[in-house]
Amino acid sequence: MADPKTKDPVLVVVQLSGGNDYLNTIIPYNNGLYQDYRPNIGIPQEDVIPIDDDLGFNPNLAPLKEKFWDTGKMALVHGVGFEGCNRSHFRSMDVWHTAEPDKMGTEGWLGRAIREIDPQAENVLTGVSFGPGLPRAMALPGVPVASVMELERYGVLTGITPQQERDQALEIFARMYGPTVGTGYVMDYLSQTGSDILKGADVLKTAPAKYSSTIEYSNSPIGQSLRGAAQVHLADMGARVIYTEVGNFDTHANELAMHEPLWQDLSASLVDFYDDLREHNASDNVVMLLFTEFGRRCRDNGTGTDHGTGGGAIVIGDPVKGGFYSEYPSIEEEKLLDGDLQFNYDFRGLYSTVLESWMGLDAKPCVGGTFEKLDFI
Amino acid sequence: MSEKDIALMAHLMRRAGFGASREELERRVANGYEATVEELLNPEQQPPWEEDLARRHHIGARYGNGLPETQGWWLQRMVSTKRPLEEKMTLFWHSILCTGNAKVDHPQTVQVQIEMLRRHCLGNYRELLGDLSRDPAMIIYLDNRDNHKGAINENWGRELLELFTMGVGNYTEDDVKEASRAFTGWTHKPFPPLYPFQRYFLEFEYKPDDHDDGEKTFLGQRGRFNGDDILDIVVRQPATARFIARHLYNFFVADEPHVPAWPHTPPRDGAAVNILADAYLQSGYDMRSVMRALFNSDFFKDESVHYAKVKSPVEVVVGTLRLVEDYITPKPGIDALVTQAGYMGQMILNPPSVEGWHAGKEWINSGSLSSRVNFVAERVGDTTMPGVQNIINRLATESRMSAPDFVDGCLELVGPLTIGEQARAALIAHVEQGGPLSRDTEEQRSDFARRTGRVLQLIAATREYQFA
Repeated sequence: MADPKTKDPVLVVVQLSGGNDYLNTIIPYNNGLYQDYRPNIGIPQEDVIPIDDDLGFNPNLAPLKEKFWDTGKMALVHGVGFEGCNRSHFRSMDVWHTAEPDKMGTEGWLGRAIREIDPQAENVLTGVSFGPGLPRAMALPGVPVASVMELERYGVLTGITPQQERDQALEIFARMYGPTVGTGYVMDYLSQTGSDILKGADVLKTAPAKYSSTIEYSNSPIGQSLRGAAQVHLADMGARVIYTEVGNFDTHANELAMHEPLWQDLSASLVDFYDDLREHNASDNVVMLLFTEFGRRCRDNGTGTDHGTGGGAIVIGDPVKGGFYSEYPSIEEEKLLDGDLQFNYDFRGLYSTVLESWMGLDAKPCVGGTFEKLDFI
Repeated sequence: MSEKDIALMAHLMRRAGFGASREELERRVANGYEATVEELLNPEQQPPWEEDLARRHHIGARYGNGLPETQGWWLQRMVSTKRPLEEKMTLFWHSILCTGNAKVDHPQTVQVQIEMLRRHCLGNYRELLGDLSRDPAMIIYLDNRDNHKGAINENWGRELLELFTMGVGNYTEDDVKEASRAFTGWTHKPFPPLYPFQRYFLEFEYKPDDHDDGEKTFLGQRGRFNGDDILDIVVRQPATARFIARHLYNFFVADEPHVPAWPHTPPRDGAAVNILADAYLQSGYDMRSVMRALFNSDFFKDESVHYAKVKSPVEVVVGTLRLVEDYITPKPGIDALVTQAGYMGQMILNPPSVEGWHAGKEWINSGSLSSRVNFVAERVGDTTMPGVQNIINRLATESRMSAPDFVDGCLELVGPLTIGEQARAALIAHVEQGGPLSRDTEEQRSDFARRTGRVLQLIAATREYQFA
């Protein structure tokens, strides 16, 4: 857990959308079966960056290995998943977002975490999401989340001048979005969102002005999202849960050609993010979780892989104890589940570890039970 | 002509199109509701889109490159069409049977798919599925070109069953594999050389040598099925009828929970979904018949579903442009407005995934709400716009000079829209604070216009305005 006397712990979540192929990310390169399964998209043994005699990194993750693995700040969590994965992107992503594999959930696990951190919703910037939509993981009635495309554009009625008239307009806006009784769920949600914008906008907009850095991020959406995340973190606004998304990892075809730019850009952006935080002496209270909705089929289908079940997750950060966690699923034919890696570790344990060991929260209300934790923090 | 008739017509035009001005609503009410429905259902009887005029400003939309220009081309058509349901239905299909340029990487190929969807938009669903299975953009997007005899790629087979026809829970993993086998050999012709002409249009190709002609078991039936046999089987499933019916209800009537919740959550109006599903099966999958049943039904007309949908970003952008009467005649600049819809969370021709967009309440978050309010406020506050001037003139003609009358007039002319008492009181107080309204002098008239623009901006900022 982060030292409460100094800085509050911060969690940055990066969603790898589409189902990242763990088998081609952390590769069992000395296992003959791997090449047998993947005659077309197997990474040649000599290109894999070895970790030990069994596993190695996809070469596109080289910057991550150098920056985080070699310095002991990267945990690779193998075989993560949940019982009853039906190989649908949408259902699987929902399960990961709501931590509800057994029934249809509507509350996001991070929404619940934000409520634990800030039960009175005193700071509308406790949760910040970068990208065009609000992830379901953060959605929870009564929990404000600032959803940002561009920091500079955040705020309503920005076009009204002079300032005196805008102030007047914002006052009316505040009245119009004031709490009302019995107008319905979506109306209430709108009220809350509108009020949160008013509270958050003036603070959030100051972040870019306060920011200066030598790091030049990639112009890709994830590069820019992580730059925004760094700006918000460095501006010290009390943001504790920051969310971003990158994709598309749905590599049914041309997996090699798709993985290369995706992972190269993501790796570079993650390194930039940490360099940026370190440059400002602000990396020690940040942990980053990378997850995806499922892994992919063991055998390739030609140039790609179809939807599978068990996947893997990555946790990065100064406070992280690097290494392998959980067990790499066997790729022996008879150990596969309908041709997929068998998951062996419930993703809610991963969430619990991050929430309890790092954020210092009670995980139970956030993930709906008690699950085996890992000791990467 | 009662305010109730106007409200119903406005509801129809918001759902079957992108909204209509007060003048258009009055004209349509005079024609009658059912006559209007028939007019909407028979777009070919309306003047075609003046493509030549738009082409001048979108020279590259069909043969050049660049996603924004291709997106702008469609947005322009939505704004200036005289066949609103044709575009709305096309958008409906694009939201479900979606293909994203991020993967296809050739906007024109996606546009050809949109044209295909438009051709079938009110036609037979079996025929649409047939052309969709042969559509090069879809063949790339869901990887059917990599679906080979002896080495299936399940992407198309799975999404056909999960997202385009029956929905989760109505088929097995084996059905996915067998459907995929049936579509082996369905691909597109090789890419012509990139130079000197850049990428060019692709054509469907069936390769018998690459087709797995063996026996298959699909949904309990056995046969040496080819792709068309699979489509024949899925299109007639009651599950497909209910799935499409629920999508229609969700898009045209009232927001439903998101699609993955459907197997677990009953529809908001099960009887309505049954009516639509029956219309689908009884008409032999004829979408015109289904939509006729929908628009003429009591469940559609019921006041409880007016404004029961959160507007999609495209509805926000197109509806606003139509309201203020900007871009009704094609002109340059509309490509940039596509980006505005993107800030609100919806980039046409580029949905975030094959799931399409998360709609309904999920259109709203603090960032998208900022973008929505600011986009609309900027346009309705521009009193030089013809649509805004019409509103000003109408308020003047009806001498809506007291503050409550003035505010109510504005609400009628942008909707009619009913807002909460608290919001209405805030607007009235704002108008009162600005002093009495008058139009006797030139200065007063310009002040009247300016204040109309401001009230319209504040209405655009209301919670209620976010609904369609």
